[in-house]
Amino acid sequence: MDGRKLVRMANDIAAFFAAEPERKVALDGIASHLRRFWEPRMRREILALLDQGGEGMSEHVRDALRAHRRALEPAAR
Amino acid sequence: MYSNKVQDFGTPARGADATVSLQIDGTPVTVPAGTSLLRAAAEAGVRIPKLCATDSLEAFGSCRLCVVEVEARKGFPASCTTPCESGMKVTTQSKKLGDLRRSVMELYISDHPLDCLTCPANGNCELQDMAGVTGLREVRYGYAGANHLQGTKDTSNPYFTFDPTKCIVCSRCVRACDEVQGTFALTVQGRGFDSKIAAGPTDFLDSECVSCGACVQACPTATLMEKSIVEQGQPDHAVVTTCAYCGVGCSFRAEMKGAEVVRMVPHKDGKANHGHSCVKGRFAWGYATHPDRLKKPMIRSKITDPWREVTWDEAIAHAAGEIRRIQAKYGTASVGGITSSRCTNEETYLVQKLVRAAFGNNNVDTCARVCHSPTGYGLKTTLGESAGTQDFDSVEHADCIVVIGANPTDGHPVFASRMKQRLRAGASLIVIDPRRIDLVESPHVRAAFHLQLKPGANVAVLNALAHVVVTEGLADESYVRERCDLAEYEKWRAFVALPKNSPEALEAATGVPAAAIRGAARLYATAGNGAIYYGLGVTEHSQGSTTVMAIANLAMVTGNIGRPGVGVNPLRGQNNVQGSCDMGSFPHELPGYRHVSDPAVRELFGKAWGVTIQDEPGLRIPNMFDAAIDGSFKALYVQGEDIAQSDPDTKHVQKALESLECLIVQDIFLNETAKYAHVLLPGSSFLEKDGTFTNAERRISRVRRVMPPLAGLADWEVTQALANALGQPMRYAHPAEIMAEIAALTPTFHGVTYDKLDRLGSIQWPCNDTAPAGTPVMHEQQFVRGKGRFVITDYLATDERTSRRFPLILTTGRILSQYNVGAQTRRTANTVWHERDVLEIHPHDAEQRGIRDGDTVALQSRKGETTLRAVVTERMQPGVVYTTFHHPESGVNVVTTENSDWATNCPEYKVTAVQVVAHVARSDWQRSFDQVADQQEALLPKSALLGGAPGEGR
Ligand code: SF4
Ligand code: SF4
Ligand code: SF4
Ligand code: FES
Repeated sequence: MDGRKLVRMANDIAAFFAAEPERKVALDGIASHLRRFWEPRMRREILALLDQGGEGMSEHVRDALRAHRRALEPAAR
Repeated sequence: MYSNKVQDFGTPARGADATVSLQIDGTPVTVPAGTSLLRAAAEAGVRIPKLCATDSLEAFGSCRLCVVEVEARKGFPASCTTPCESGMKVTTQSKKLGDLRRSVMELYISDHPLDCLTCPANGNCELQDMAGVTGLREVRYGYAGANHLQGTKDTSNPYFTFDPTKCIVCSRCVRACDEVQGTFALTVQGRGFDSKIAAGPTDFLDSECVSCGACVQACPTATLMEKSIVEQGQPDHAVVTTCAYCGVGCSFRAEMKGAEVVRMVPHKDGKANHGHSCVKGRFAWGYATHPDRLKKPMIRSKITDPWREVTWDEAIAHAAGEIRRIQAKYGTASVGGITSSRCTNEETYLVQKLVRAAFGNNNVDTCARVCHSPTGYGLKTTLGESAGTQDFDSVEHADCIVVIGANPTDGHPVFASRMKQRLRAGASLIVIDPRRIDLVESPHVRAAFHLQLKPGANVAVLNALAHVVVTEGLADESYVRERCDLAEYEKWRAFVALPKNSPEALEAATGVPAAAIRGAARLYATAGNGAIYYGLGVTEHSQGSTTVMAIANLAMVTGNIGRPGVGVNPLRGQNNVQGSCDMGSFPHELPGYRHVSDPAVRELFGKAWGVTIQDEPGLRIPNMFDAAIDGSFKALYVQGEDIAQSDPDTKHVQKALESLECLIVQDIFLNETAKYAHVLLPGSSFLEKDGTFTNAERRISRVRRVMPPLAGLADWEVTQALANALGQPMRYAHPAEIMAEIAALTPTFHGVTYDKLDRLGSIQWPCNDTAPAGTPVMHEQQFVRGKGRFVITDYLATDERTSRRFPLILTTGRILSQYNVGAQTRRTANTVWHERDVLEIHPHDAEQRGIRDGDTVALQSRKGETTLRAVVTERMQPGVVYTTFHHPESGVNVVTTENSDWATNCPEYKVTAVQVVAHVARSDWQRSFDQVADQQEALLPKSALLGGAPGEGR
């Protein structure tokens, strides 16, 4: 998948939740959105991008991915 | 005119609770107060002769044929204009009344051609009938006096003729155009004997007429007559069905001669349209038998190979074989399907079942992805259900109507007529739109506020409106306390009250004067019933879902949800957008909007289908394209959609389609997507199959087959065959059985059956034990999610910015006479109104660029370039240009970008930074489009088309 696009989509999601006054609620919201709407290969890829340094990712995206990594990692098939 | 088989009660029904009792010809009758004598008699089975009255219009009292006698009253009152009163004793037939009526008829007939036997209305003409029932035997004045028999016929409208020699000047047409349609295109010119009906300065085509057909229905004679009836004669039977165009979902009588449609007439008892229609549903159905219709299944190995006609069995076996081959090679998740909002509920249900059960993944999506997916997300999050809150009739009780990012007179014309009736009766109107849409100012309708915002600033405007409501003490606090989650409310309230959300602070972003926003907010919050209607101008933005939630916030904080007259109403684009979403077409939801991660729901469906349902969400359409280019997605089954034309960033879509090893396209025409296909399965039109559509008000209506499927199979039968070939048994004998399965598995549909639909006409879901006849207004006692949830909706400008190179903003949309990608309407006479897509541009921007009205211009964005004809108009604000996407060769989506809604990936069609330059040559993309079109046409065997050679009559 186009990594640049995935990062951009994740940033857009994070930008919405960033308006939430409590940071934890915002990070939970971002992660839950990714979990509920992103197909496994997209989640796998965004996590891989994070591991490669997370270029272009907003702070919120990085923190949400880190905080919820287990839940976001698709089961191996 | 309606065929004679439909009873005409003469004047409209009255809804009053109070009743009055009287006697008509000695029979006691009781009717709602305000009912006319004419209607009361008709309801009691007594037919009083009439000509100028019809039950779609208020009585006018001009012909004097309906005169009656009322005991103890002098004279002979017209029964159409006389309301029933308690204790009245009415006589409808007497010698004197007979004489009076005969002399009226004598006058009419002395000035009427006597060519009844060859007249197209023969057998269905009220004048002829009245001559019969009044017992007219002679015309004492003779036929030689002054008359109107020399008038010339106006045949300018492609669908109906106007023959003034047959006109009796009853003005039913004029009143239909005014009262029902609200266009005010017709007038009665002159007085007395000289009076005549006129449309515009010259003829119908040149007038304001929008060809809705209301006047034609209302005309009691052959004066206004469908050309199809002139050519084919009167129908022999009629079948009630549902329009396959827009989300209004009008009910129609398909009037037939054998298996041939001779006309479509809006159904009086249709609850979405109450007997009204627009030019598309009423007249533009000829595409169903257009020569371009595909009638043979075809396959090929490469998209550069000629198509090979095969039998259905071969085509299905080949498609199934390819799916399995690809899955074996690239994995279960390498294939997927797309359902269509133009297909029935039963068909979309089957496609998602095929994907989930036979493909074994959740890679199913639908065209709502590119239109109303933010509605699903936004309304589910705030209110708890992914659907509009009201029925259309609710608008009758609205005091203030807010229209945001919708152009109902073009996109949802029949509902627009209803809305205009309410506006003429006194409701106030707020329009929030970058363009001066027709509603802003049309005959007898004028918006109190037109907030002409910059494209992309919806959230800013809605936050500013909410800011005014909460800071000026206009919030309905008691409603909020009772109905909404208070913690979320407090958070939201603090957010919108921030100074940054004031109309003044946002003025630069919105481009709307703060005073106008303040005025509009006060009006909406204090008018009584405030009702919000919105369209794709809300959803097709990078903040589409945020905007939907901002709308819900605004409605909740003013207490405007949960009763008639209020609500949040998405105006759906295509006929079955609501239905296709309801049926589990989204990759993360099973039917009834239940997430695939819910084990109980998976268990329910898994058991019923005999499979294990995957618990991970599948790919959305744009993700499918990216995965295809990436090499992990290899086969796609597309039913009834044209993603190559409708989706943004065409070049990217084309590249994705070219990357597939197997593209299976099921459609009635060789559409743009089919040019990249390996398997072509001919589709069936709405006239050729049974099923149901669900309109924008959650109304489920029957689609009924009136002719056999042209290629032998209805669409649901094709999906079923494909499932069987893949080893997933489907054994439905009729779509009613599919609906039974849907109802069994979906709580909001538990009470829906075909029998009940036949009985009630239509049903608004939720329909179950608590609401056996359906639910017109939702969230009445409480919100579906329990407490209504306020969501913080921060305004974020789109990434798509204007620059020196691309200084203008392009926004795209639709027009009345064409529909979506135009595959259907382009193949009808509707092209007289819209031969090509044009670019609307403000005079100032045009002048700066040396562009004159009618010039061909190049439209360029960061993504691509195309050429269009310019229309210079003040409807646009400076800096914004507008076009439509009804014609593939215009290539509008070559220009649009990959930007999309953060929550749903709904594309941002409404904001693209562009430049417009004077130009003459076609763009590179258009030249390659022409080339592909020619190539693909050459690869298509003529015998696969209904009419032989492709492209005829286009
Ligand atoms: S055109 Fe028909 S409806 Fe109109 S005034 Fe003439 S007869 Fe009546
Ligand atoms: S077709 Fe409709 S818009 Fe045109 S004149 Fe008749 S009623 Fe008016
Ligand atoms: S296109 Fe829409 S408004 Fe027009 S007839 Fe069909 S359903 Fe009704
Ligand atoms: S029908 Fe009553 S006056 Fe014409």
